[in-house]
Amino acid sequence: MTVVAEPASVRPRGSYTWPAIWAVALALVLGLFLARHQLLWAAEYPSRAIVPISQWIGAIMTWLKVNLSWFTRSITAVLGVPLDFALDLLAKNFKIGTGADAFILPRLSWVGVCAAAFLAGRAYGGTRLALLSGGLFLFIALFGKWTSAMLTLSLIAIAVPFCIVTGLFLGILAWQQPKSEKYAVSPLLDLMQTIPTFAYLIPMLLLFGNSPVSAMIATAIFATPPMVRATMLGLARVPAEISEFGEMAGCTPRQKLWRVLLPSARPTLMVGVNQVIMLALNMVIIASMIGAGGLGYDVLLALRALKVGEAMEAGLAIVALAIVLDRVSQAAAYRQSQYHGEIVAGQAFWVRYPNLTLAILLLAGTTLLGTVIPFFADVPKAITFTTAPAWRIAIDWITVNFFDAIEAFRVFLILYVLNPVRAFFEGFPWLGAVFLIGLAGFQLGGARLAALVAALTAFCAITGLWEKTMATVYLTGISVLLACLIGIPLGLAASRSDRFEKIITPFIDTLQVLPSFCFIIPVVMLFRVGDVTAMIATVAFAVVPAIRYTNHGIRQVPPNLIEAAVVSGCTRRQTFWRVQLPLALPEIMLGINQTILMALAMIIICAMIGTRDLGQEVFIALSKADPGRGIVAGLAIAFIGIIADRLFNAWSARARSRLG
Amino acid sequence: MTIASQDGPSGKVGDPRPVKLACRNVWKLYGHGAYEFIQRRNGKASHAEIVEAGLIGAARAVDLEIRQGEIFIIMGLSGSGKSTLVRCMSRLVEPTYGRIEFEGKDLLSISDSELIELRRHRMGMVFQNFALLPHLNVLENIAFPLSVQGVDRATRIARAREVIDLVGLRGREHFYPRELSGGQQQRVGIARSLSTKPEIWFLDEPFSALDPLIRREMQDELMRLQSVLHKTIIFITHDFDEAIRLADRIAIMKDGEVIQVGTPEELVLTPATDYVAEFTRDVQRAKVISARSIMRPLGRSQHAGTVSADARVASFSAEIVGSKKPFAVVNEEDETIGEVTPDAVIRLLAGVDQSGAPA
Repeated sequence: MTVVAEPASVRPRGSYTWPAIWAVALALVLGLFLARHQLLWAAEYPSRAIVPISQWIGAIMTWLKVNLSWFTRSITAVLGVPLDFALDLLAKNFKIGTGADAFILPRLSWVGVCAAAFLAGRAYGGTRLALLSGGLFLFIALFGKWTSAMLTLSLIAIAVPFCIVTGLFLGILAWQQPKSEKYAVSPLLDLMQTIPTFAYLIPMLLLFGNSPVSAMIATAIFATPPMVRATMLGLARVPAEISEFGEMAGCTPRQKLWRVLLPSARPTLMVGVNQVIMLALNMVIIASMIGAGGLGYDVLLALRALKVGEAMEAGLAIVALAIVLDRVSQAAAYRQSQYHGEIVAGQAFWVRYPNLTLAILLLAGTTLLGTVIPFFADVPKAITFTTAPAWRIAIDWITVNFFDAIEAFRVFLILYVLNPVRAFFEGFPWLGAVFLIGLAGFQLGGARLAALVAALTAFCAITGLWEKTMATVYLTGISVLLACLIGIPLGLAASRSDRFEKIITPFIDTLQVLPSFCFIIPVVMLFRVGDVTAMIATVAFAVVPAIRYTNHGIRQVPPNLIEAAVVSGCTRRQTFWRVQLPLALPEIMLGINQTILMALAMIIICAMIGTRDLGQEVFIALSKADPGRGIVAGLAIAFIGIIADRLFNAWSARARSRLG
Repeated sequence: MTIASQDGPSGKVGDPRPVKLACRNVWKLYGHGAYEFIQRRNGKASHAEIVEAGLIGAARAVDLEIRQGEIFIIMGLSGSGKSTLVRCMSRLVEPTYGRIEFEGKDLLSISDSELIELRRHRMGMVFQNFALLPHLNVLENIAFPLSVQGVDRATRIARAREVIDLVGLRGREHFYPRELSGGQQQRVGIARSLSTKPEIWFLDEPFSALDPLIRREMQDELMRLQSVLHKTIIFITHDFDEAIRLADRIAIMKDGEVIQVGTPEELVLTPATDYVAEFTRDVQRAKVISARSIMRPLGRSQHAGTVSADARVASFSAEIVGSKKPFAVVNEEDETIGEVTPDAVIRLLAGVDQSGAPA
């Protein structure tokens, strides 16, 4: 009897307990919120009890600077050699000797580089890609952004191989020793990717000086994680039989790794390489603040002077560079060997690599010509043109004609949406937040997750950054909400219509390759600086994963389940609500998770245009070169990201395991 | 366990060929504390004890002797432990207990470098899903094991071309695996495993991923190759028909245990358990059973022809039924040792047991 009765009584208890607990918890926190003026210590973290972590970190950094600068500066010197070479080669000309009688070896001719871009496109993707990449390089040249673009490109060219090699070895290490993966590599990667890029810059500046090398090292740190992950994933995905074949062929462990496993993992590795390149571009743009120069610096200068036209032009050059790098590296990733002919030993170089040979010849030829004919050395002023005035006129026109409407929209948003929400968040008692987040962690992942997320939340409070943390959460939250409200319906629409998917795909592809910087420019033009601008730019930046994951999630529901639903008499609407959506929900949640992380990264960058949150804290620290303050604020930002990430992942994992 | 080690009744004890590879009480247990568990019991444990200890017995107390030049088939359904066992034999999986002997030498005690040498020169393996390297073309894939050994380019290309001819892939040298059909890919897999001239050839369900027509063609191909190469073959399959077609001897596995070893004929005539009988029930007996098994002592009747004692009934059934007279049965020395009647053949073809009950 008891055996029969047991399952029946267990189920309802399990499904009613949690809502009840949540009701009680929310009531408690609401009480705390209402009584926040009486219980001040619970609402606002007492300033007496602030743990001066930022000062400790500052002290450590100072010590490091004093005692290790000989070391870090020599790293700067060593890394400076290839970097300077690349900079000279692409952008600056080689100077041999000093003063007036220095002998100048010219940089590569812009004509040659454009031709090389064309040939690279042809080698990997055929005529269309060749026209795209060659054309976009030409576009950069004609816009008069050549030198800046080549500065940016040379930083990428040196940083990317460094990231790839480091990432590959770290990934191999993590794969060979699962323990090191679990306890060292994975947490490190999480931190590297969630700490905002700005926060990296401060210690770099301190240790490596204000030079392109600092920018390169910051870039390397930021852009390496995807390579590590891709290596680990690629190696883990090699079919067991291929690995066994390696052993049976009598490979030594090293032969097995380098000749069997890694080549078999090539497609995944190449996806990693593509991501490294795109992240490196993104970071190089941001790193222009610490002396990298290049296109990012142009944007920054123009934005500071509120020259929107110039900022737009530099931004477009970044977009052009991003598209070329993305498309060419993707084409290289998907290209498979097509060569069916005999590979004869001793075959001439130019027969095996016709495109490469031609590119080298063209580069050398045009550069030599450049010493005689100025046309080849520098982009002649006569053929460059600028669209800046056109942009300015367009903006002026919009401002003149739509100023009232835009302004009304902006003021409405600020007064009735942003400010109330902001007030609510900033007044939210820290103790209540720690409690609720801990509770969510406990429900979704047990005691360990609860302890982790509660501790991370508490960190934001005890370092005295509570108000700024909540300001960040509020802006991120609103942006994520909007991004989901826009992105999920678009994703659903794309999943239900192939035609709509085809239309929308190029747009989201392009949105995804654009460096975060570029989103700010057009929005600033219309809405000037402030929270509204930050929000709109963030929504535009973070909407992509919401669309993409929703579309993919619905589409990957097995067709036989849908057939089963149709056969059992479901209408289209019922099929969607009762079969497709529940099955796609875990994937959609992962998309929202990605949206949150991207929104967080973007909100921080928006500190440049006058938001008042953790990003501003990092920004101030950057200008004051106060590493402790910057790192603590950076950690607080990272922790917001990690909390959201862990909770969403736990939720998604639970939902997945329930679906089997 | 005692059943597992028994040799068939039909004189295999007297098999003159040397033992190439042997398993002596080999165990592979998965789970926490598996090694201590089996050590403590000195290599003896019942199924119940293993389950109680929370372990999974992928291979249990396996005793096998594989002789030089024979096609030895390990047959079992999925999860029966056949793949684990063959991986124990090649040490892709480290057995928990027991000995694997390669020409009498314990394979488990040799060093890593010796093992690499052994695999480079004396073992070859073919995989169910081909396991071809996607970034190499056919020629490079086949030459890969030689390249790993450090054989110079000209020699390994020449050798690769030899085996390409052997498996009939000429003209496809520069194709990539993704451009080939399943059957062609497995030909590459076979050629690759033969490029090092191995003595022991492991085939792990090599034809299971192919469709039935191609599978049959590849089985014929394998028989043709074996008639030229005379390798010691250990062949895994879950398909009893395939096993019967190819095998000299078959080991049947269930739940990690070898429950019977014998020639196809022995399995059909004297199944050790109901489980084996279940497998053999739908087999076309005439293709398995030899003249020796259905002959009777010589009578005085006239003989319309002679058959060898080992000839399968299917190979002469049409003639004997047509002639309506018994055939004489001769042994290897050409001595007449008995006779087969058309009646006996018809009974066999009709599925009537010698005892009279339907099989």
